[in-house]
Amino acid sequence: MPTNPLTWMIFLPLLGAAVILCLPRDNHSLVKWTALAFTIPALLLAIGIYQGFDRTTAQMQYVTKIPWIPSFNIEYFVGIDGLSVTMVLLTALIAPICVAASWEIDKAPKAYFALFLVLIAAMMGVFCALDFFLFFVFWEVMLLPMYFLIGIWGGPRREYAAIKFFLYTMVGSVLMLIAMLALYFHNDPHTFDMLKLAEARSTYSSTFQSLAWLALFIGFAIKIPAFPFHTWLPDAHVEAPTAISVILAGVLLKMGTYGILRVNFPILPEGTLRYAFWLLAALGAWNIVYGALCAMAQKDLKKLIAYSSISHMGYVMFGMASLTAEGIDGAVLQMFNHGTVTAMLFLLVGVIYDRAHHRNIDGFGGLASIMPVYTAWVALAFFAAMGLPGLSAFISEVLVLLGGWRNYPGLTAVAASAVVLTAGYMLWAMQRVYLGKPNEKYLNLPDISPREIATLVPLGIIVIVLGVYPHAILDLIDTSLQHLNGTVLAAGKAAGAVASAASGAAAH
Amino acid sequence: MGAAMAAPTHLGNLSSLGWLLPEILVGLAVVAIFLLDLVVDDKERLGDVALGVMAIAIVLITRLLWAGDRSLFENSVVVDGFGLYFKLLVALAAFGAIWMSLGSREVHRTNQGEYWGILLASALGMMFMGSATNLLMAYLSLEFVSLTSYVLSGYKQGSRRAGEAALKYLIYGGVASGAMIYGMSWIYGLAGSLDFHAIHDALAGSPSGASLALFVALLLTLAGLGYKVAAFPFHAWAPDVYEGAPIPISGFLAVGSKAAGFALLIRFFYTALAHDGGAGAYQLVGGVSWDQLMLALSVLTMTFGNLAALNQQSNLKRLLAYSSIAHAGYVLMGLVVLTTDGLRAMLFYLAVYYVMNLGAFLVVMLVANSTGREDLDGFRGLAWRGGAWPAAAMAVFLFSLTGLPPLAGFVGKFYLFAAVVERKMYFLALAGVVNSVLSLFYYAKVVRTMFLEQPTGGEGAVTVDVHNGILLGVLVAATLVLGVAWSPLMDFADRSARFFLG
Repeated sequence: MPTNPLTWMIFLPLLGAAVILCLPRDNHSLVKWTALAFTIPALLLAIGIYQGFDRTTAQMQYVTKIPWIPSFNIEYFVGIDGLSVTMVLLTALIAPICVAASWEIDKAPKAYFALFLVLIAAMMGVFCALDFFLFFVFWEVMLLPMYFLIGIWGGPRREYAAIKFFLYTMVGSVLMLIAMLALYFHNDPHTFDMLKLAEARSTYSSTFQSLAWLALFIGFAIKIPAFPFHTWLPDAHVEAPTAISVILAGVLLKMGTYGILRVNFPILPEGTLRYAFWLLAALGAWNIVYGALCAMAQKDLKKLIAYSSISHMGYVMFGMASLTAEGIDGAVLQMFNHGTVTAMLFLLVGVIYDRAHHRNIDGFGGLASIMPVYTAWVALAFFAAMGLPGLSAFISEVLVLLGGWRNYPGLTAVAASAVVLTAGYMLWAMQRVYLGKPNEKYLNLPDISPREIATLVPLGIIVIVLGVYPHAILDLIDTSLQHLNGTVLAAGKAAGAVASAASGAAAH
Repeated sequence: MGAAMAAPTHLGNLSSLGWLLPEILVGLAVVAIFLLDLVVDDKERLGDVALGVMAIAIVLITRLLWAGDRSLFENSVVVDGFGLYFKLLVALAAFGAIWMSLGSREVHRTNQGEYWGILLASALGMMFMGSATNLLMAYLSLEFVSLTSYVLSGYKQGSRRAGEAALKYLIYGGVASGAMIYGMSWIYGLAGSLDFHAIHDALAGSPSGASLALFVALLLTLAGLGYKVAAFPFHAWAPDVYEGAPIPISGFLAVGSKAAGFALLIRFFYTALAHDGGAGAYQLVGGVSWDQLMLALSVLTMTFGNLAALNQQSNLKRLLAYSSIAHAGYVLMGLVVLTTDGLRAMLFYLAVYYVMNLGAFLVVMLVANSTGREDLDGFRGLAWRGGAWPAAAMAVFLFSLTGLPPLAGFVGKFYLFAAVVERKMYFLALAGVVNSVLSLFYYAKVVRTMFLEQPTGGEGAVTVDVHNGILLGVLVAATLVLGVAWSPLMDFADRSARFFLG
């Protein structure tokens, strides 16, 4: 029996998928309970990891390393540090919530939950893998269930949205494949071990760093999604069923920024320094502003939240680009916070869509008086998304902006001004949907159900707790991230020293 | 062991026979089936005989794997790791095709005994293609395969498409093999020998003054070989033939004939026109950069195949034909790099391709068996009208053909790309991956039709019988298992990626 909790967290959902496929077709509730039963253990293990995680070291923890394909030096190599532990926690938390949010699925629930569990396993694998090949396999495995989940259980234009998501992501991943192979063959002995690839960082030539960095970046940027690769996201979100939107925005988008921090930063630090301003900071700031502006123009509530995701993921890019202690901590904290907040938002949109069967912002009005409990939850989630002090996202956005200010004051001013835009579209949507005169059509809508509240409670608690005590997460991530940041800056100094020595020699 | 080392490795005519048991068995079976056809009424029994013969042949080939290398019949054919690998692959392809034929309605309707005999004969020719080390032997085996394939592809009686397929195949084939034998005569003129190894020595020893003549000779020879593997611009027959032929034969041509063509192509170019320069890198002889030619051929073939498949709207067999053209392009990438790594990647890919492509043809056959339809509309909503398992299997095969993990096709492509990146040929790698993305589009179209669209009611139910279900299960399992635990097959391919040069 494997003793590493990470291995269990990756493969239990897969086992669950296999079990579900063997269940009788007609017993829907058995399928759902089984799916829940295979996501709860991962959550418990995650809580154990949260308590047992050593916060004082930047080393990998919970490491397992087994040869997989010895002739090509491919390993089953998993482990987590402060960067990945937050993502593992987030995935473990969101998974059972999504199962609960999918309780009303009636169309082929066996296939739905089996695919869903495969998706969870793949995402967990991405965040735990330390062998690049393994990372890539999990990264790609995630595509297939997502394609079917959007394509079969989605909205009216689901076929278009599903294939668009698939094609965009695959374009990115094939570029990643080439960069990965180039890194593999550059090292002698050839290796996919990300830690060894990172140790050899000084041996990659300048051109190699630039090209590999760009190839990897495009792969990750499509996932974030960064402008101009973002257009798949609104389509996918609008068509996807609620739970899939939650997992998409809550966890899947983070794979992009996680990839940049896990691969680009430590392995190609020179490339990171070279492109930090234009491709991370400037693009991040543009993402923040552009996403906010697009969100403001939306008529569909779900699309509005999809664009707000693009805007909020911009903070993550901007924070990591600052290459400061506050900025990079803020970026990863923002990844976690956005995961919880946006999950709430999509769940809440799902609640109203299930009742009214549309999401037109102008088609409602005065829901606050019809569904008061629901509206209270909406208020919490909207204020959190706005970055209201006292709620989680405020801390991470402030950290990002503080860090950014040190290196890019001009861009920071732009990014900070978008906070006003965010408040604008959030409050405006709030006003149109929930305040004002109740719409006659919807006077009889039932308020939020206990099951729906149950999916929101854990997220709400986290949003409030992290708003007043962010160290619950910051302590986890700080050591690893400062080490990572130091690595990148040190590579910059080394390259600078070489360059100045060369120019000095030329002067003599 | 010492005695085995001392045994002669170049055998004369009589002593060669012992090393040729699989071929002799298949050859005798061909004759036997033609004779039995006169007395047996139930022609399906002849199919069973053919299946049994192929199974025994596979066992016999496997036994030869540990017997050491030999050159037979005064250096006309060779028994070596490379040859045996392809012999096994071709025999498995024939086995799969016979198994499919036994479960196929189209073939059942014809009720003719010689079908099985000709199928075995075609397999026999393919087995020789992988081990020929002499231009004459190469030509004869290739032509033998072509002639039998013409007959097989036109086997559906009363079908205009089948007649058209056979005729097109024959005409294209005639032109291609004519060009090839003309090219071979030039090579003979330049090198003074038909033997691969002697050609190599002659070319290596001569100054490169005749390189233009050699270049023309190679172009002409490539016409015949490119035609067999369906590479651009010798591919034009494939869509029509795949569409007109019975589905098991389309599958057989796609996986068996292509593998045999590659076997001959690889052996000819790697042993007659290059040699192992040490450290796993091959060096060209004769002053002709045929690797550049292969590069162009590879990129054009995969791009053309994929673009044409994108345009292909209705018939599944045509779609798979264009896809098989594209895959010939991917495999050619392994030839361009001129390394042992590229060589073993090709061997591995062709084995994986056998599994997933035969599987795709099998699902097409299952749908055709139940509904008589081969068009995309016949697949609409397949998953929602009782065909969930064949639909899921088809999705596995198609995504494997796309090259997505954790399926076998990904591993195959991974090794091909790895061989290309190892040589720092990033442009070629980029062409390959861009093509993979293109291919996703049309493979996903089939998946979309099966899963994302609802049946309209007129498609007819699809059922899977036990006979076909077994093969489907085996192929799905192989596609999945080779996607995560491919070490044994890779080791086998690695061991087989070498030639016996005497």
